[in-house]
Amino acid sequence: MQTSVPDTFFSSPPHFRWLIVLYFFIGGLAGGALVLASLMRLFGRAEDRPLVHLASEVALAGAVLSAIILTVDLTRPLRFWHMVIQNHTGLPMFKWWSPMSVGVWGLLVFGVFALVAWLGALADQGRTRWGVARAAANPAVAAIGAVGGMAAGLFLAGYTGVLLAVSNRPIWADSSWLGVLFLFSGVSTAIAALLLGARWRGLELPSTIAWLVRFDRITLALEAIALVCFVVSLGAVARALVNGWGALLVLGVLGMGVLLPLGMEWRPRIHGAQRMALAAACVLVGGFLLRAAVLLSSEQVRVLGTHVIR
Amino acid sequence: MPFALPIAQPAPASPRPPAPARAAANASLAAAAPEPMGFFTDTTVCIGCKACEVACKEWNQLPARGDGGAHLEMSGQSYDNTLTLSGDTWRHVKFIEQFPEPYHGRWLMMSDVCKHCVQAPCLEVCPTGAIIRTEFDTVAIQSDTCNGCRDCISACPFGVIEINHVSGTAQKCTMCYDRISVGLEPACSKACPTDSIQFGPISELRTRAGARVAQLQAQGEKGAYLYGADPTGPLGGLNAFFLLVDEPEVYGLPREPKMPTRNLVRGSMLSTIGAFMMAFVGALSLRARRITEVQQASGPKGE
Repeated sequence: MQTSVPDTFFSSPPHFRWLIVLYFFIGGLAGGALVLASLMRLFGRAEDRPLVHLASEVALAGAVLSAIILTVDLTRPLRFWHMVIQNHTGLPMFKWWSPMSVGVWGLLVFGVFALVAWLGALADQGRTRWGVARAAANPAVAAIGAVGGMAAGLFLAGYTGVLLAVSNRPIWADSSWLGVLFLFSGVSTAIAALLLGARWRGLELPSTIAWLVRFDRITLALEAIALVCFVVSLGAVARALVNGWGALLVLGVLGMGVLLPLGMEWRPRIHGAQRMALAAACVLVGGFLLRAAVLLSSEQVRVLGTHVIR
Repeated sequence: MPFALPIAQPAPASPRPPAPARAAANASLAAAAPEPMGFFTDTTVCIGCKACEVACKEWNQLPARGDGGAHLEMSGQSYDNTLTLSGDTWRHVKFIEQFPEPYHGRWLMMSDVCKHCVQAPCLEVCPTGAIIRTEFDTVAIQSDTCNGCRDCISACPFGVIEINHVSGTAQKCTMCYDRISVGLEPACSKACPTDSIQFGPISELRTRAGARVAQLQAQGEKGAYLYGADPTGPLGGLNAFFLLVDEPEVYGLPREPKMPTRNLVRGSMLSTIGAFMMAFVGALSLRARRITEVQQASGPKGE
């Protein structure tokens, strides 16, 4: 008798629950925010600067929060430093083939670039006269920081999906599309956060906001394509999504988090500022639900003996 | 430290010997290195007594399941109440109850354990270096290094590793490293009353297992085969391999266990392409905005 249980169904769930969902969301958003700050600093104009400053703040806050969440999620939090220093030898701990190892270093590097961007933003606004901040605001340093920040931001937004794929868990390891899906989602949630932040701070930046909305449309369209590719690439394993999580992925993520805001942003001048804010809120909720659905749908699959528990 | 794995401390640094001396030293080390050791589990003679489970818990000072034994948890779906390997159950005798109708069926018993894979997925992904390969070619978790990130749990294709709630670290079978390093047999195989679990050098176990399969097939059990004994098979072979008489999935084993890094290159490449697309589209749209605004600004003047 040959059963047809996919090989990934025999692994155990690693208990990646709400804290990891939160980290994936915040990390992606922070990564996307630094990408946007870097883009505007490198290719934008002086009028975009208030939003560059806001994006730098979001990126730095996200980096700090991410580090805290990841540490708290460890079952031995006081040993968080074992990720970067070998406790037996004192030598650096790095495995280029382990996404979690690379991710820890990536978050560290991201934090440095986010800090440089934030210090530069502070000096830009004349809120500090500290020498280091003024050095960070120097055009050459800021440009180098923006290039590095863009790379680090793109990495942080996408590596979490690759981390899940480099496992033996159902759904996660059955597709290679999670990294790129999380990347697009990270950028779109960052755009949404900046749109809401700009509105909350009362920033009057029609040209910058119009660019953000245009860029968001492209990002959301790419996210929709990546989401479809992800589900199709699962093949027979997609049956593990025939449940509430699958419904959430279709209705909550694709419907509410991508297609609805895409429709609302299609003609921003017609829909007005309030509708745009609503669209941004939908993108944020959709981005969170995407991580929740992907992580928790796999977490609930477990084979006990010959019984598949779902 | 009941859960700490005793690991030999590195010798103090000594001056590097010249090249010929190094070669001679390496040769003598290779000659002195122990042979790869492992388990051969013949499931056809397992009687489900769970002596191995108990011996493992006793030797390794592992607690009972759940709340420490105050309340006995019953599975309610099998005569087996352990159900799965975990952070505090490093040996588990699976009961596979194949009874399509009452009085007609069979029991399959299999004492499950860490497979000590030659290419170990858990060791590969561990970001702290807590998971190591020992001189016996077995795989062990250093409890004083593990910080409980749980990456190894999702990497293991067999569902072997779990968090031990006493130590707060990932735990699994050590193949009784403390016993075998002083020439003793692991507790489970020592306790096994039917020799279903056999311990020894891998090469010797493979020969013995091959002969047993031939014997069973000659006796009419045509479905007998070895799972994980092939060094050219998945994961480079398993240092704890099994003789089975039904499909691997029936025993809760993946047909073709894989390395988690199989997705690394493809996943990273797709993400990198996506990252370039984001950077390119973002830069291009900002440039396009500038061009449009310049055109709009110069338009009325030109008219």
